[in-house]
Amino acid sequence: MHDDVESTVQRICQSYDNDGRRLMDIVTDLHREYGCVDPEAMDLIARCVNVPRLRVQSLVSFYSFYAEAPRGRIVIRLSDDVIDRMHGYDRVAAAFCDELGIGMGETTADGLFTLERTACIGMCDQAPAGLVNDVVITHLSSDKARQIVQDLRRHGDPHQLVTSLGDGENGCDLIHSMVRNNLRKAGSVIFSPINRGEAIRKALSISPQEVIRAMKTARLRGRGGAGFPAGMKWEFARGAGDGQKYILCNADEGEPGTFKDRVILTERADRVFAGMTIAGYAIGASEGIMYLRAEYAYLKPHLEDVLRRRRIDGLLGETVLGRNEFAFDIRIQIGAGAYVCGEETALISSCEGKRGDPMTRPPFPAQKGYNGCPTVINNVETLCCVTKIMEEGPATFSDCGSDQSSGTKLLSISGDCKRAGVYEFPFGTTLREVLNECGGLEAQAVQVGGPSGKMVSPADFDRKICFEDLATGGSVMVFGPQRNILDIVHGFMDFFVDESCGYCTPCRVGNVLLKQLVERVRDGSGEPDDLDQMRRIAGTMKATSRCGLGQTSSNPVMSTLTTFETEYTDRVQDGPDGQRRGFDLAESVKAAESIAGRPSVHTGQDD
Amino acid sequence: MGENQKARIATTSLAGCFGCHMSLLDIDERILQLAELVVFDKSPINDIKQFTGRCDVGLIEGGCCNEHNVEVLRDFRKHCDILISIGDCATMGGIPALRNTVPLQECLDEAYRDGPSVHNPSGMIPNDVELPLILDKVYPAHEVVKIDYHLPGCPPSADTLWEALVALLTAKPVELPYELVKYD
Ligand SMILES: Cc1cc2nc3c(=O)[nH]c(=O)nc-3n(C[C@H](O)[C@H](O)[C@H](O)COP(=O)(O)O)c2cc1C
Ligand code: SF4
Ligand code: SF4
Repeated sequence: MHDDVESTVQRICQSYDNDGRRLMDIVTDLHREYGCVDPEAMDLIARCVNVPRLRVQSLVSFYSFYAEAPRGRIVIRLSDDVIDRMHGYDRVAAAFCDELGIGMGETTADGLFTLERTACIGMCDQAPAGLVNDVVITHLSSDKARQIVQDLRRHGDPHQLVTSLGDGENGCDLIHSMVRNNLRKAGSVIFSPINRGEAIRKALSISPQEVIRAMKTARLRGRGGAGFPAGMKWEFARGAGDGQKYILCNADEGEPGTFKDRVILTERADRVFAGMTIAGYAIGASEGIMYLRAEYAYLKPHLEDVLRRRRIDGLLGETVLGRNEFAFDIRIQIGAGAYVCGEETALISSCEGKRGDPMTRPPFPAQKGYNGCPTVINNVETLCCVTKIMEEGPATFSDCGSDQSSGTKLLSISGDCKRAGVYEFPFGTTLREVLNECGGLEAQAVQVGGPSGKMVSPADFDRKICFEDLATGGSVMVFGPQRNILDIVHGFMDFFVDESCGYCTPCRVGNVLLKQLVERVRDGSGEPDDLDQMRRIAGTMKATSRCGLGQTSSNPVMSTLTTFETEYTDRVQDGPDGQRRGFDLAESVKAAESIAGRPSVHTGQDD
Repeated sequence: MGENQKARIATTSLAGCFGCHMSLLDIDERILQLAELVVFDKSPINDIKQFTGRCDVGLIEGGCCNEHNVEVLRDFRKHCDILISIGDCATMGGIPALRNTVPLQECLDEAYRDGPSVHNPSGMIPNDVELPLILDKVYPAHEVVKIDYHLPGCPPSADTLWEALVALLTAKPVELPYELVKYD
């Protein structure tokens, strides 16, 4: 056994040239073989790639898809977020637990199954969903859950769970998945027909500076959430010396309720890779990395194949389109289940084979990014826009959209609406039109921009989807009149508590405190003070957290405290005689009463 | 100033180590100035056990680790216009709250039976009816009653306590320079 592990580790490390920057891949591959990276394997890896053992251990402990202790050969991960919960997550989870005879987070005695919950896996339009190893399972029910376990017990092969195929490329041999695109509205940019190679040809016919100018003329802004002008970002990187530079494509898509990049990668991967290549040409980079979230690992063979075909066709490689002065190639870096890795500096750390810890900015990645070199990071959708701008010219692109937001925006719509799925709208479309199209006009609230975005009430449904009004990376969650707003807020806080990297106290602790306060108010034991306390904690978190996660994770609370204030104020009241309503003396002495075998002398007069 | 115009102040140490009270005494000769401003009601400093009347200010050291702490704290809330949590134990649970992640029975076993320095052949855990029952965990004061102000520190320094008290008693805005509330 020992020799076996040793030779496996050596073989895997060797396949990545014993390069410490490929630690993520090494550890991922090792999980494929053994389901975990135990202390012995850590030693071996550390020796092979010549890094301190602590670095291997801290990497393994950081990512939720890695484990130190052995897990089942089949790991079932149920997507646990607000939307999945609305569609019956609890029933599905209970059925899995019951059928497997284990609790959440446990492994069956025969070592066959591990059952875990995980954050949103990007399948909200087909929730409840989950992963069986790399295989996505959708539209779960308790019956289906039991059937899945029985089938797996019989054949042991997650791939055989896919009995009906999804639409479009989901059905191709390399993806072979039950996932559906649910592409409800294809607009003029992202999902328009593609003429492979055209955009790169046009880009290479003008100078890099002109390509950057085209992005500026098109007024292209980043689609990943922050809306930073792409042309400006590229210009910074281009101006940052003549050395090695990199293009990173952010395909981490971790913001709950966002699943539009998944559909792009399924249907228009060529357009994304073309965008990366054009960006490479513009800033003077010869290498690109696509950071793909582990939840989308099922797309990797397909993406690798698209890359392979692009190399054959001369769209990637040593001489792109036969041009000796332009070499560009792309590799795919797979993540391991950490939302924070979508943050650009954390994404860089992860690509470098480290924990996904965000870094203090400045320096910005455009100055000092991957391997310390100037790096441009763009979202999948942004890079698609790049290609389209090259194909049709910046004017056509900027004709569409609003004043400060040109082009179209993909929305991933889920929740209480008739037609959940992906929609491409021109920027400037009102939320009301969006809800009308997806059949969600009865909503009492819509969360725009994911948990870190805004909760919008019907009074604001005429606001526009665009950077200058309702900004969103793509997540639109619709909540019908039957939903409890505070349950939703609580669910969002759950997510942030789980996903905070823990580096800064305001974020690590603040999220927990906010979650507890929301819980208290929701459960009817809150007091008016608690609302002030929430505002104060949120203010501190916003002002003092290091990265965007902690700076925005109080938004679910702050946003609803503004637009849905009565949800809070109706539930709080002062306690009698200045006593806290949340504290129950009788309850808190129960354990001691049973140990001591005598009743409390104080609880009688308590009520 | 006559005794009856002076502010009445009460203090208590709940699940604390008395360190915060020691820090209060550390104001040295300023205690004379304090005596000009206040009279002490119930407090371990003068050993008055019961409230003799309504108080303006109550200083709370320590959080609540047992039912008696809860009673005392509620009594303070009833008798005092303003309550101030002083020190990390009162404001956050502090050192005693380290037990909060350990089940109660395990805590008792460790303290009275299994701890490396314990000699207790009978294995008995103290259980006299006079002993207040301990709570499932240690609660900071503000989770049990409404607290008006919090002063961090372990303990807050004499200067911190002094500045805060004087400001409160003379109705001036409190000025706590960074050095007085910085603890790393
Ligand atoms: C916690 C956190 C998570 C993020 N997740 C993503 C993500 O999944 N995808 C993405 O494109 N951007 C994400 N971002 C934004 C990125 O940091 C970065 O701004 C973006 O990828 C830049 O690309 P763009 O300018 O094309 O939008 C995240 C930011 C934060 C703070
Ligand atoms: S804000 Fe949160 S996620 Fe970001 S670095 Fe700090 S602890 Fe980590
Ligand atoms: S805060 Fe420090 S000094 Fe005050 S009671 Fe607690 S341990 Fe003692």
